[in-house]
This record gives sequence, structure tokens and C-alpha cells, in this order.
Amino acid sequence: MLQELNVLPTLSVAENLFLPELPSRFGLVNRRALRAKAQEALARVGLEHLNPNTPAALLGVGQQQLVELAAALAEKCRLLILDEPTAALTAHETETLFEKIHELRQQGISVIYISHRMDELRRICDRVSVLRDGQRVATLPLSGTSTQELVKLMAGREMPTRPMPHGRQPGAVALSVRQLRAGSVVRDVSFEVRSGEILGLSGLVGAGRTETLRAIFGADRSDDSAIAIHGRKIRIRRPSEAVAAGLALVPEDRKQDGLLLPQSIRVNATLADLKGTLLRREEELAATARVIERLAVKCDSVEQPASTLSGGNQQKIVIGRWLLPDSKVLLLDEPTRGVDVPAKEAIYKLLRELADDGKAIVVVSSELPELMSLCDRIAVMSAGRIVQEFLPHEWTQEKLTEAAFRGHLTS
Amino acid sequence: MKSLLHRFREYAALTLILAALIILFGSLSNRFLTAATFSSIANEIPTLTLVATGMTLVLITGGIDLSVGSVLALAAAVLGVLLVDWHWPLFFAGLVAVMVGVAAGAFNGLICVKLRVPSFIVTLGTLEMTRGLAYLTTRSQVKYLEGKVDVLARLVAGLPITPTAVLAVLVVIAAQFMLSRAVIGRKMIALGTNEAATQLAGISTAPIKMFVFAASGALAGLASLCQTARLGASDPNGSVGLELSAIAAAVIGGTSLAGGKGSAIRTFIGVLIIATLEAGLAQVGATEPMKRLVTGAVIVLAVVADSLRKAAS
Repeated sequence: MLQELNVLPTLSVAENLFLPELPSRFGLVNRRALRAKAQEALARVGLEHLNPNTPAALLGVGQQQLVELAAALAEKCRLLILDEPTAALTAHETETLFEKIHELRQQGISVIYISHRMDELRRICDRVSVLRDGQRVATLPLSGTSTQELVKLMAGREMPTRPMPHGRQPGAVALSVRQLRAGSVVRDVSFEVRSGEILGLSGLVGAGRTETLRAIFGADRSDDSAIAIHGRKIRIRRPSEAVAAGLALVPEDRKQDGLLLPQSIRVNATLADLKGTLLRREEELAATARVIERLAVKCDSVEQPASTLSGGNQQKIVIGRWLLPDSKVLLLDEPTRGVDVPAKEAIYKLLRELADDGKAIVVVSSELPELMSLCDRIAVMSAGRIVQEFLPHEWTQEKLTEAAFRGHLTS
Repeated sequence: MKSLLHRFREYAALTLILAALIILFGSLSNRFLTAATFSSIANEIPTLTLVATGMTLVLITGGIDLSVGSVLALAAAVLGVLLVDWHWPLFFAGLVAVMVGVAAGAFNGLICVKLRVPSFIVTLGTLEMTRGLAYLTTRSQVKYLEGKVDVLARLVAGLPITPTAVLAVLVVIAAQFMLSRAVIGRKMIALGTNEAATQLAGISTAPIKMFVFAASGALAGLASLCQTARLGASDPNGSVGLELSAIAAAVIGGTSLAGGKGSAIRTFIGVLIIATLEAGLAQVGATEPMKRLVTGAVIVLAVVADSLRKAAS
């Protein structure tokens, strides 16, 4: 059972339950058998009152989650693996799910429960394994293990990382965000970045970091926000207004949201700097050459399609395009994800140079060592809020990790 | 030099198909390779050229405009009423016909942008609505224009070519220039390639969509002048299915229905291929079913040839 819901909304509950193998006769679905089997399966998860012919789309998220659970159980499993099953559930639905898990356990079914919510682990688990960087670092009985101990295990060995010493002094506040709210994820985000400063935005997946950047940039709708650039309050409703105000965004998914894959490096590198009426070919070539040189992009020709570049070089193009319109504030979302080590180094070097030039930079990253070596300040987000800010002499991996869980701890 | 060779390659497959058709029909009918055939084709193609050029612009942005045939019929209907019933001079009547096209296109664009309805559906609706308006405008009658527009379809003194053909070629050149040299053309290609990335690069996509639909409508309005000039009449039943011929011409020319790729010149060669086929098949005495069978096969062949060329390079 996966974190993301997997039901097909236009099919009925019963069809969703038995989709891999619908009961059939001569190639036709046996409706009566399907209905009977579905009722039986639903009863096992406490949904006996639900009509199996209901389209799945009409169910609430929690009920859909339970239907998925029923589907998993219908396979007569001995082992049930749940990956963040409560991510989309209300407190009440979570209770129902936990009751069912408890019952299954008593029926002798083994359960692996993946979650970053400590309180949930304590409620339903007997033992806990901690994974870090793709390796199991410990397996412990939950009773007798403190939350602090677990967080420490997750953060790994103490690696006191600090940014490289640099001579720059942060200047005036370049971007200030006050009480940003957006969608259901970003609840209350306030921060400031100064010119010449690199601010890290840390937190767990789902904490609302990507959504925060997108809302500031006008890519997603936001409300009640007060965004000021160089002290001037502005309302940003779409990305074009953000760019006009001097903002730049390097999106999380470079293939979906960053690149025009079939188009040339030249077209991609100059995309954010299309001005005037006519294209100026000589200027385009010169500008592309500057991006390629500054970021050491490895390519055969500027006319090469972006799709033929390695991930690292693609990312360099997406970042490099913002050198051209002279953006003042750069928002980067996981700028080194899926990028090889030399390209990472080139990106770090560029970001430091840009900060030296007086740009304000916000970096979202899930790699703590990366943020700790790069940033002048790290703000930690948890459950849609910024819970704490750290300066280099204050932060440790353990403290940052602990802060990232803070929004999930029941007080 | 290299880019010249590159350019030739880009058009080679299409030009070869066109040349093969001309040689084929030339050997099948001794009346084919004559000035009469040439001027007949030159007179035939302006309508489709204008509409297919507009279609190419829309397709490049990842949209589609199914309404062009009906919009043309509506513009022609308005033209007919203004010229025959209201006795307007050709210039002003023509201007209004173009404005009718712009209005229909702007309507398409506005609904797509503001209500986020896919252009396929919006323009399917407009196709029906403008056809209905065309019937209402002329009370479902054919308006005979009594020589009021013929001047556009008459040969320019001493040359085997008409003003409408000149207009069509100029529009193709302008569209090609826009696509390859103008900022708006680059933005259109970017929008058709990846809308999310284009927006996140700070480009407003709504004005671009408005522009291409308005342009497609304007060209359909302009095409109504070519159409009525050739027929000498304005027919509210006319141009049914023209959108499909326009799409066929664009696709033969290598325009991607997924957006992000297309060229006005290549679409024009696509129009020439379709027109040559029709004229040639008529001369060798092919029946209407035969014509359609062969035309359809050539559309598929042209697209296959083009994708083979790309796979090879």
C-alpha cells in the first residue's frame, strides 16, 4: 500500500478491489460474484455499510485508503507493507486505520509500517528500524527508546559542517515574506533573505518547501501573503510578474517544469531573457556561450537538444538561464537532485559567486550536509510552518532533524 | 554553407514528393504540364494556404483550431451581404470580413485562456456556432457577387498569377519570418513544447494563445476573400471540412500535433502537394472516391517519409 492513493476514480469500489483479477465467466465480469466478494472484503476493514457499486471518486480520502487496505487484504496476504498511509487522512480516519491494523496483527498478519510520524510509530509498532542513506542503521524495540535517540540515529553521526569562510557581508533585505499561506500545505511562512546571503530551507518531504517557493513565485495561488522585494510590497499573481520583480525560480523537476527538452541549449538558456520584437541571433549565441562557460556545461554545440545532455548539465542550463535577466533573488528547489558530483560542485561554486555579487539566494534541499556547507542561515519547515531558524554556529544535523519533526510531534 | 545544406535537407523529402507527383501526372496526362494547370492551381491554393498557415501557428502552440472552415464561411457571408445588399466598396467589406475572423478567433482564445477549456472543444463549438451565424447572415442563400471580387482572382497583367496567390505567398513568408526570427515566434514554440516550463521562465502564455487564435481567425477571414473571388459567390455552405485539409497540409509539412514544432514554408509545400494531387487526379480522370483514396494515402506516405528522414539523420 503506497503513500499516494492508487484508486481508479471512475471505477466502482468493487472493481477497484479486484482489478487484478475480476471474477469472470467467459470473459465477462461476473457482477454477482464480484459484489459478494467485495462485500466480504469491505467488511474486513469495517466498511460493511458501503455499497460496492459506489464509484471510488465519491469516497473520501480516508475511505479510499481503507478500500486500498481491503484490496491488499483480499489477496490473502501474510505481510502488509504500509508506506505513509496516514499522509492524507484526518485524525478520525487515522484512528479507524489503526484499529484495523491492530486487528490484523492479532490475526497473525505481519505489518511493516513506514512513517516519519513519531507518535504513530509509538501507537502501533513494536520494533523500529532506522534507515539512512539507503542503509539500515539500527533496529530497536520501541518501548525504552526515546524520540531523541531515534532522531539522532536518523541524522547520523555528528558531522559539524559549516559554510566556507567568506568575506561577504549580507546587505539590505532583498526578499521578505510575511505569513504566507498557500493551498492546504503552506500554513504560515515568514522569512527574510538579504542580498549576498544564502538561506537554506530544510524540512521533510511534504513540509511545504516546494509549495512555498512556488507560491512566492506566483506559480501557485496564495492568499494572505505579504511579499516585499527590496522593501517594496508587491502582489505576485503569476510567474511573469515575479520575473519582472527580479525573482528567479529553479523548479524541483527540471524535465517537467524547467526544460524545453527537444529544443536546443541556445533556446533553453535564453528562455528567461526574451525581450523586444525580434530575436538577435548574435546576442543569443554570445549569451549562451557565457552560460556554458560560467557553469562549465559539457556539450558539443549550442544547437544540441537539451534532451541529449546529462542531468547535471541540464540543471546547469536551467540555473544558468537566470544569469541573463539579472535576477536579484534566486529561489532554487533541490538544485542538485540527480546531479553528478562535479556538476554539484559547479552549482555550489556558482551560488557562492552569485551571493558574492549581491544576489539573495534561497535553496531548498533534502540533503542536510549540502545546506550546512552552503548556507549562511537555515530555516527549518515542518508541517507548513517555519519552526526555527539556525545560524551556522547553532546548527547540527541532529538539531536540524529534530526541528523538521517538530510539527508532527503531538504535544 | 553548412546551414544552406541543412536547410535543403529539411525540405528535401517534401520537395521530392512534390516533384515526383508533378512528373507522375506529367507523364500520365499531356495536358498537365501546361500554364493552364499551373494558373488553375495558383488560383486554387490561396484559400487553403492562408487557413493552413493559421492552423500551423495554432498547432505549434499545442492547440488546434477546428473552426476555420465555418469562420471562413461566416466571413464570406458577411462579405456577401456587405457587397451585394449594402453596396459597400470591396476594401471596407474585406476589412470587416477579416475583423469577423479576428473576433471569432479572439473568442476561441478567450475561452481557452480564461475558462481553461481545451481548444479542441472550444473550436468544435465555434465551428457549429459560426456555421449557424453564416446561415443566419445570408438567410441560407448563396450570394452572387456579380464580379465585385473577381479582380482578386484575375491574372495580374502579363503574369500567370493572381493577387490572392501573391497575398498567400506573402503571408507564408511573414509567418515563417515570425516563427524563426521574432520573439513571439520563439515564445509560441516554447509554449507548445512545455507550457509549465515556459510559464516558470516568466513568459505569460495567455497573450500568446490569444494571438495565435486571433491570427488563425484573421487568416480565415482573409481567406474568405480568396474563396469568394475564385467562386464569384459567397456560399454559407462552403468550406465544410476545410479544417481537416488545413491540418493535413500542416501535418504533411511536419507540424507536430503535440505542439512545439512546425514551419509555415513546409506547410505551404504540404498545400502544394494536396493541390497538385487534386488537379492531377482530376486531369487523369479519377473519380471522386479514387481522389479521396489517393489523397489520404499520400498524407500518410508524406508523414512516414518525413519521420524516416528524421530517424536517418
